[in-house]
Amino acid sequence: MSETPVLSVRDLVVEIPTRHAVLRPVDRVSFDIARGEILGVVGESGAGKSMTGNAVIGLLDRPARITSGEVLLNGRRIDNLPYAEMRKVRGRQIGMVFQDPLTSLNPLLTVGEQLTETIREHLDLSQNDAQERAIKALEEVGIPGARDRIDSYPHAFSGGMRQRVVIALALCAEPDLVIADEPTTALDVSVQAQIIALLRRLCRERGTAVMLVTHDMGVIAETADRVAVMYAGRAAELGGVRDVLTLPRHPYTEGLMGSAPMASMGQTRLHQIPGSMPRLGALPTGCAFHPRCNRAEARCRQDPAPTLAADQGRAACWFPIARDRATEEAS
Amino acid sequence: MATKTASKPGADTEAETIMVSVAGLTRRFDVSKPWLNRVVERLPKRILTAVSDVSFEIPTHSTYALVGESGSGKSTIGKMMVGLLPPSEGRVTVGGVDLSREASAEALDAVRSRIQMVFQDPFASLNPRWKVRNIITEPVAARGGDTEGLAEALLEKVGLSAEDAEKFPHEFSGGQRQRLCIARALSSNPDFIVCDEPTSALDVSVQAQVLNLMSDLKADLGLTFLFISHDLTVVRHMADRIGVLYLGRLVEEADPQTLFATPRHPYTQMLLAAAPKLDGFGREAALPVGEIPDPINPPKGCAFHPRCPFAIDRCRQERPELRDVAGSRTACHRAEELDVL
Repeated sequence: MSETPVLSVRDLVVEIPTRHAVLRPVDRVSFDIARGEILGVVGESGAGKSMTGNAVIGLLDRPARITSGEVLLNGRRIDNLPYAEMRKVRGRQIGMVFQDPLTSLNPLLTVGEQLTETIREHLDLSQNDAQERAIKALEEVGIPGARDRIDSYPHAFSGGMRQRVVIALALCAEPDLVIADEPTTALDVSVQAQIIALLRRLCRERGTAVMLVTHDMGVIAETADRVAVMYAGRAAELGGVRDVLTLPRHPYTEGLMGSAPMASMGQTRLHQIPGSMPRLGALPTGCAFHPRCNRAEARCRQDPAPTLAADQGRAACWFPIARDRATEEAS
Repeated sequence: MATKTASKPGADTEAETIMVSVAGLTRRFDVSKPWLNRVVERLPKRILTAVSDVSFEIPTHSTYALVGESGSGKSTIGKMMVGLLPPSEGRVTVGGVDLSREASAEALDAVRSRIQMVFQDPFASLNPRWKVRNIITEPVAARGGDTEGLAEALLEKVGLSAEDAEKFPHEFSGGQRQRLCIARALSSNPDFIVCDEPTSALDVSVQAQVLNLMSDLKADLGLTFLFISHDLTVVRHMADRIGVLYLGRLVEEADPQTLFATPRHPYTQMLLAAAPKLDGFGREAALPVGEIPDPINPPKGCAFHPRCPFAIDRCRQERPELRDVAGSRTACHRAEELDVL
């Protein structure tokens, strides 16, 4: 990839000082997202995936803050921008889609008012032009009768339609990067399929880079180009979606794939990873996964797992599962 | 399948008995505006039919699963089956006792202690001020039963330790809390447990632990489950028989193998196609059209016809009834024709 990636995250560390200790919900995470690429970020709750997204867009709730590392948007550092500068980047260059479409829209303003406000904030357009553009944005995300519905309030839309409005809102200023944080978790399966297809189409047509945060491996498999698996604040595995999901090298990824019910059809028991993710305040020494890992050796209990760089390495593990496609297919 | 029946002595005779039967179950909710608004604004009454005319049977020692999207009435059915909601019409019979019409208080009381429920949200269904010991033994203590050593035994049965009895719910993670809920459900020694989305609040690795626990308990204790979920993959793993709900009606019923290999109803086909697949890299799925219609004014005829690619005039006029079609029960006029297509 000779082209500058849309988003580069380098050794990002987010810390929360508490009375007892300093917690690190995001610990030295690095990744790139190229133009038109969808990077899936998966992990269980508490793995730090939403926190990473919020750190990128500069919406960390205090006292959480970025203590080291860099976030580069089109090669320009954005993690140290002053508040007013960052406001211009947000919405204009980075769009955000949140999990709950009901709480991310203002119930007191019509959908059209919210769209035109965002458009005029970022683009130099008259009220009429902004209105036309808002209608176009709604049509693009597949809302039937956009011209008539633009003056409706959010409560008049169903959950799926509301999430389409949120996506239209995130995309109306034509950002280079969209961060979608669990965009389909609150939706039904049939609506989820529609929203995923919509995100993928918009990404392909406009070349928008997408960071898709979710806990659903199925959604990742169908949507993402590359995937980052997170565990206890760190990237455990990073690579092409097909490679990571079918030939996982990190024991955690393998366990995660095995515990999904569809992977073990016909078996009476599901594969299970023993225990649960450690709390941030009580991380084990060495590799954070070692108490649950069946491959752990003495080194894993002492040395912290290796850090993954954005462009090399697959699994942050001292003893990754050695496998490649050729031998796997032969056996 | 063979292992399940073999593990239970006398399975041949018991397998035939029906533990729970539901017949013509209907539930309507009045969602009208307050009386004064109705009079002043001259509005009609608005009645939402959440469940209409649902019938099925659950044989002893089996798991029956209800799947459907939000608004399909699956949780309402679950509540009616444990007696938390009275049905508007129809009846629920558990172990031969009709829950809403049984006259003998004694018989009703006896059957109620055989039914338990596990709820979706393990953070909302445990009293934060109670110790685990009291939470778990409550179903027995409330009836004046002997609770000596009960909490410890149950905690170990669900994979926690006996010392946990003295803790409070906030000291446990989501998966552990759901184990507590299961322990509580088991304390009164029930035969029939209704699980309403028991794992949808849990992460996938924890979900696997809880599902495995439920399978083990079912085999060990010979329990009968009603399993309510929106997740087709979970249902496929757990159920012996699956009912698919759409807008309060059962549209298809079959065993998992049949349902997933040859879905008969166009709605089931749509649901299966829309579910994300772990090996569906870059898959361009056939997209579902439209959304669930307004349950207050459901479409005439088959409720699914506005979204159905195979709808004909008959579907718009006449509501299909559930009937047997090659191993499944399907409510579709064109089930046989579509099989040929």
